Amino acid sequence: MFNPFTRPEIPMLRVLDADGRITDEERKPPLGDEDVLDAYKRMLFARTADAQCISYQRQGRMYTYPPNLGQEAIAGAFGRVIRSEDWLVPAFRELGAWLQKGVRMRDIFLLWMGVEEGNRMSDAPRMLPPSVPIASQLLHAVGIGKAMRYRKEEAAVFAFVGDGGTSTGDFHEALNFAAVWDVPVVFVIQNNQYAISVPLRMQTRSRRLADRADGFGIPGIQVDGNDFFALSTAAMAAREYAIEKGPVLVEALTYRRGAHTTSDDPSKYRAPEEEKIWETRDPLRRLRLYLESKGLWREEDERALVDIYKQEIDQEFQIAEGYPATRPEDIFRHAYREMPVDLKRQQAEFEKYLNWKEHYQWQS
Amino acid sequence: MAVMTMVQAIQSALAVKLAEDDRVMVYGEDVGVEGGVFRVTQDLQKRFGADRVFDSPLAESAIIGTAVGMCIAGLRPVVEIQFSGFIFPGFNQLLTHVARYNNRTQGRYSMPMVVRTPYGGGVRALEHHSDSEEAYFAHTPGLKVVIPATPHDAKGLLISAIESDDPVIFMEPKRLYRAIKQEVSEESFSIPLGKAKVVTEGDHITVVSYGAMVREVQKAMVFAAKAGIKVELIDLRTIYPLDRETLARSVKKTGHLLVVSESPSFASVASEIMAAVSEDVFLSLEAPPARLTGFDTVIPLPHGEMLYLPEPERIFYAIKNSVEY
Ligand SMILES: Cc1ncc(C[n+]2csc(CCOP(=O)(O)OP(=O)(O)O)c2C)c(N)n1
Repeated sequence: MFNPFTRPEIPMLRVLDADGRITDEERKPPLGDEDVLDAYKRMLFARTADAQCISYQRQGRMYTYPPNLGQEAIAGAFGRVIRSEDWLVPAFRELGAWLQKGVRMRDIFLLWMGVEEGNRMSDAPRMLPPSVPIASQLLHAVGIGKAMRYRKEEAAVFAFVGDGGTSTGDFHEALNFAAVWDVPVVFVIQNNQYAISVPLRMQTRSRRLADRADGFGIPGIQVDGNDFFALSTAAMAAREYAIEKGPVLVEALTYRRGAHTTSDDPSKYRAPEEEKIWETRDPLRRLRLYLESKGLWREEDERALVDIYKQEIDQEFQIAEGYPATRPEDIFRHAYREMPVDLKRQQAEFEKYLNWKEHYQWQS
Repeated sequence: MAVMTMVQAIQSALAVKLAEDDRVMVYGEDVGVEGGVFRVTQDLQKRFGADRVFDSPLAESAIIGTAVGMCIAGLRPVVEIQFSGFIFPGFNQLLTHVARYNNRTQGRYSMPMVVRTPYGGGVRALEHHSDSEEAYFAHTPGLKVVIPATPHDAKGLLISAIESDDPVIFMEPKRLYRAIKQEVSEESFSIPLGKAKVVTEGDHITVVSYGAMVREVQKAMVFAAKAGIKVELIDLRTIYPLDRETLARSVKKTGHLLVVSESPSFASVASEIMAAVSEDVFLSLEAPPARLTGFDTVIPLPHGEMLYLPEPERIFYAIKNSVEY
């Protein structure tokens, strides 16, 4: 009997194989050697900064941090395509894209040091702070997109989410609104196959998260999230499509090589063998092999550059560490644009207490 | 008896009820294999099987909404919302269904579920990981709200919550998860909901608190003792239904009331306690009922968080101000 419930397998977009060889010339993005080299260096910077963050956290100089290791090509490729007139609506694991949007490392450190100022994202234009409530930011992206259409702006919104985030209502509502309103939003799923400990198969039965797009009448593609070239092709095409035709969904299939955050221990829920496999598929390794094969990069270049980056990053960190202590007025200042009298009273009482505390004869 | 942290005591309560009652189901994000991000459900899946203790996809509305269905079908779900700050996608289910189903169906379908969730500040966490949301739930008719302050109470109260035929929001002060160790029975025991505990007796002032602030009040009491002030400390344990009787009895004796909590103050549990005490023993009050709470601002990120949370010195200051009124 004919079984109507079967679907053809749609191949994932891939251009560069795990050994750094181009497998699909036709789908390669129009980038010159200089561009590729520059992209690689930026990814290397992000990776170095990421590792520094983990080490500062270990030293107790920073709080919880979510590592990007293994996912850098996504932020690297999209970060190049996102222009200053485009909006970047982050989840929280796109360090490289933030940097390319103009966010300074010192302010990113402030963010993970729990300093409010960090959330200003260096006041980089059209850059939102990370969104801690998973997937809630996607609806904001749609609202921004609606405003852009209204103002007839020729630009796009890039909104990021993880695979876990695709289970939320907000994800589905955002895709549906975006489709109905026909807004220029590029939804990027960083499918790193885990939501903390929960593996993708416990999150969804979809073989491809990109297929969700079908249900909303918008195009969705799955791309190799460790392949800088395929990602660049996808990002460029997505931007163009979003502006000209409407929302698109890009699922970038990758792997979170590190812990969920510095408070997480992946050995509780996944095998080291699995981590080993994905080490060989690492996005930076892949691009480096490509560059080396073309004579554009050597191991010594890498070592020298990482040393320079480390110093640069450490300088930024020291600036962040020098940030002054929070003062009482800082807590109250931004609660409202116009401070209610009741808050003024609370602040005055608090300051009175602090003054008393300083002068009271505490017996130890 | 065993020495337990609050994490272990809650785990022990869950294990007791999973063993005693096959209608009890435990689920939520990362609850199964990982044993929860705070390890509260550690090993429960191994012990009771993946059909009793399991991971859910990442969707709070679905976690609470499916629990409604399980209650209708006769189960007793105990769901975990990983952090109280993420309960809001599920708020719709809580307010529009969980809190009303028994009333709507005229007693035909009750909602014997427990929503466990870590709340509160002082652990230097990201935004949305430090808030105190108890007032939203306490304000909602149909819900009970429970907040333990010790491992022993956490176990006994959770067992009662699971046995309750009404839905219970069980808020766990994450700052105390591993901060205190205490002898706790490994057996099944319960502590009735709706009963406050007089932790320390005293004549000069009644200090009412709950959750992580109870321990801060105890630290402040060291300063108070040195200043010759005898504090009667009451740990509320259940926010709703409120144990007005215990509060009234105490304030009748002391004539002074201070409520200490870490939530914002406007329209808060602290306001409610002040109102209740004023109504019940107005003529016994020798000073205006006072509260020391967080400010009516967003709780700051870690860099400024300790300014916001009532600290022992500030609690002592408030005690002193009331007593010397
Ligand atoms: C609404 C909500 N629920 C729960 C959490 C706690 N939490 C933080 S990250 C995370 C997993 C996110 O997984 P995914 O979307 O796949 O992104 P990834 O961390 O893998 O980048 C969870 C459950 C949260 N931040 N927001």
